[in-house]
Amino acid sequence: MRQLHLLLLVIILCAAGLGLAIYKVTTLGLPLTTSEKAEVWNVEARISFRAKPETSVKVSLPLLFNPSGYTILDEDFVAANYGLAIEQDENARTALWAKRRAEGKQLLFYRAILYKDTEKTIDSVKAPIYPPIPNYPENFRPIIQGLLDKARQQSADTVSFAQQVIKQLNAASPAPELKLLLEHIHHSRNLAKGINWILAGARIPTRIIQGLRLEDGKLYSELESWIQVYDGKQWRTLNIKDGKEGLPSNFILWQIGDQKTFSVDGGSEVSLQFSVAKTLRELVDIAESRAVLKGSHLMEFSLYSLPVQSQNVYKILLMVPLGAFVVVLMRNLIGIKTFGTFMPVLIALALRETELAWGLLLFCLIVGLGLLLRAYVDRLKLLLIPRLASVLTMVVLLMASISVIMHKLGLEMGLSVALFPMVIMTMTIERMSLTWDEAGPAEAFKQGAGSLLVATIGYLVMNIDALQHLLFVFPELLLVVLAAILLFGRYSGYRLTELWRFRALAKR
Amino acid sequence: MFKVLLNLKRAGVVGINRRNANYILRYNERSLYPLVDDKLRTKRLAIAAGIAVPELYGVIEIEHDIGHLTGIVNSHKDFVVKPAHGSGGNGIYVIIGQINNRYQHNNGSLLTKEDLEYHIANILSGMYSLGGQPDHALIEYRVKFDPIFESISYRGVPDIRTVVFRGIPVASMVRLPTRMSDGKANLHQGAVGAGIDLATGLTTHAVWQNHPVEQHPDTGANIGNFKIPHWDKLLILASQCYELVGLGYLGVDVVLDRELGPLVLELNARPGLSIQIANGKGMQKRLKYIDQLAEIPASAQERASLAQDLCVRL
Repeated sequence: MRQLHLLLLVIILCAAGLGLAIYKVTTLGLPLTTSEKAEVWNVEARISFRAKPETSVKVSLPLLFNPSGYTILDEDFVAANYGLAIEQDENARTALWAKRRAEGKQLLFYRAILYKDTEKTIDSVKAPIYPPIPNYPENFRPIIQGLLDKARQQSADTVSFAQQVIKQLNAASPAPELKLLLEHIHHSRNLAKGINWILAGARIPTRIIQGLRLEDGKLYSELESWIQVYDGKQWRTLNIKDGKEGLPSNFILWQIGDQKTFSVDGGSEVSLQFSVAKTLRELVDIAESRAVLKGSHLMEFSLYSLPVQSQNVYKILLMVPLGAFVVVLMRNLIGIKTFGTFMPVLIALALRETELAWGLLLFCLIVGLGLLLRAYVDRLKLLLIPRLASVLTMVVLLMASISVIMHKLGLEMGLSVALFPMVIMTMTIERMSLTWDEAGPAEAFKQGAGSLLVATIGYLVMNIDALQHLLFVFPELLLVVLAAILLFGRYSGYRLTELWRFRALAKR
Repeated sequence: MFKVLLNLKRAGVVGINRRNANYILRYNERSLYPLVDDKLRTKRLAIAAGIAVPELYGVIEIEHDIGHLTGIVNSHKDFVVKPAHGSGGNGIYVIIGQINNRYQHNNGSLLTKEDLEYHIANILSGMYSLGGQPDHALIEYRVKFDPIFESISYRGVPDIRTVVFRGIPVASMVRLPTRMSDGKANLHQGAVGAGIDLATGLTTHAVWQNHPVEQHPDTGANIGNFKIPHWDKLLILASQCYELVGLGYLGVDVVLDRELGPLVLELNARPGLSIQIANGKGMQKRLKYIDQLAEIPASAQERASLAQDLCVRL
């Protein structure tokens, strides 16, 4: 019954700890390994113009809209004293800046930080309406009809039909009869729109999408247009220059359609520039922002919400249970004797600050000198508490003098001796000297060495960066540690050292 | 190594983890510990229950009372000073006589009054107690051990440790002081441990420093097949201690006085496992059998004979 209870508890703790951690990894994208960084893209639209005097200024700019494959981690708008409104419909988002009076050169920024998503969002496709045949001007009608007929002969389906049309329009040496039409299209400086217009003649549903390619350090003066053709099931994207299908993988969608355009009312010398830059950001930061976007409050209650100083304290404190687990293993499974139960953990914590070899050396030095002084004090036959207090005083003096002497010698490591927990040192000296008196120097050294061994192993475990990171980002993993400790609480098998102790019994 | 593990399992050797998890934690209620950890309380309980213990001459509870020492020991030539919360035989001074206003320590040295008073002050300040808690010093009758042990012990009183589980003796050994153990009867301090056959009261085989021995390392006398006097009485005495303190897993230390017979010296709530080495036998089978008993006999006499019965069977 008791065993079952314990087992259930252990399972629940493991499930809770691991479950939460897995949720944080898979859904929030928290990194499992230390200081993992990920690429994020800074996309910036810079608008500059000169305000016309005595007129109000209105600027509208299409914004990044639901870029599939990317999450917008952060967006900001920089404009001095402009009112900002954001309009959104199912195909696009627009920022509207407005100001009653403006003077001189104006600069407006829109910045978005993008992070490549692992999960693809699949848009539900609503079947579009088949467009009516546009009312082409009299002189173009036969040309377009001819173009469409030719394309129809050379194609099998809607997509290849559209591709044929695009190819003909982009041909290096276009057919002579297309010349007039091409001139008309180039005049409007909008090839995508032209293709759209011509394909409508075959009643093919098409739409224009605009966006940018994410390339580090690139500047663009306008958004790139692609044409999408509806093949009866889904939208297929075609390059308007050569008709090739498919978007480049680094393409981000800015807006669907070209109805929303960049415009500035009340300004001259207008320019718009898009710039793209790649930066690295801590995955944890990204996860935090994403958690907020997903409406998860988990990250708000994470250790990252603490001030940095407390964060650093917890980075260490969270490792203490691991140190304690090492002690459990060493004592209950191996059977190493130590002074005090958790004294090795405290020594291990001190070793973190001093480095291993130096820490051990200084520890041995202080305890050794302390033992000598303790032996002297012992002759004075002092009562217990005054004796402990006097040893403590001597330990502090020893630590101070070691620091000063080593500093003079140019060994800066000597300074870290101050980080040793002196009360623990005092108790270690007292225990060691009592053990020495009662059980002999061999036993005292055995337990002293055991303590240092456990402290060293504890230090090595507590100093694994990956574990440190893991426990800080996923403190719930301590529940798993707790479960393991609980399991060992009912371990009734032999300790490793008992195999040696009872070896005479094993021979029979 | 794996073979050793299997062999130990087969031999029914109980390890510390098993002792703690299966027996001490389950059968020894924490609230009862003070009854055995404080030797003064144990002694008073035993006297009330009519169990034979060494006579208490006096107790020194506070520093100020140290002055009463001479008054307490005036009428007694020999006595023992021990901490009420001591463990492992530490802090025990055995005074075997008084000469020229000096106290004769059994290790051969002579102590002045000041030496002895300083030792008592140390006891009071908690030097020998667990966790350094302030302690009391007991001054009591010095056991004159049965001369029958003369040949197999060196400067000290041999004691007989019995592990009693749910009131039924499980294993027993006699611990013989040696020069190495400084008159103390602790195996890890160098005393010889000799297992005792519960059924007959004869010593079986002995270990010293984890090695089987035939003779006492100091006296050279044979240790095996030695008949412990008053054995049946001793076994019943050990069984009685279960009712005394109510601890399911209990170590009972008994000494044999030449005039008074078996006296209970102290009780232990966490008796060690070396007794298995001394007996050359694990306790697991007997412990398991007793663990599964639905009911245990009510009288100490019946439990003692059950123990002797088990000894033959398991």
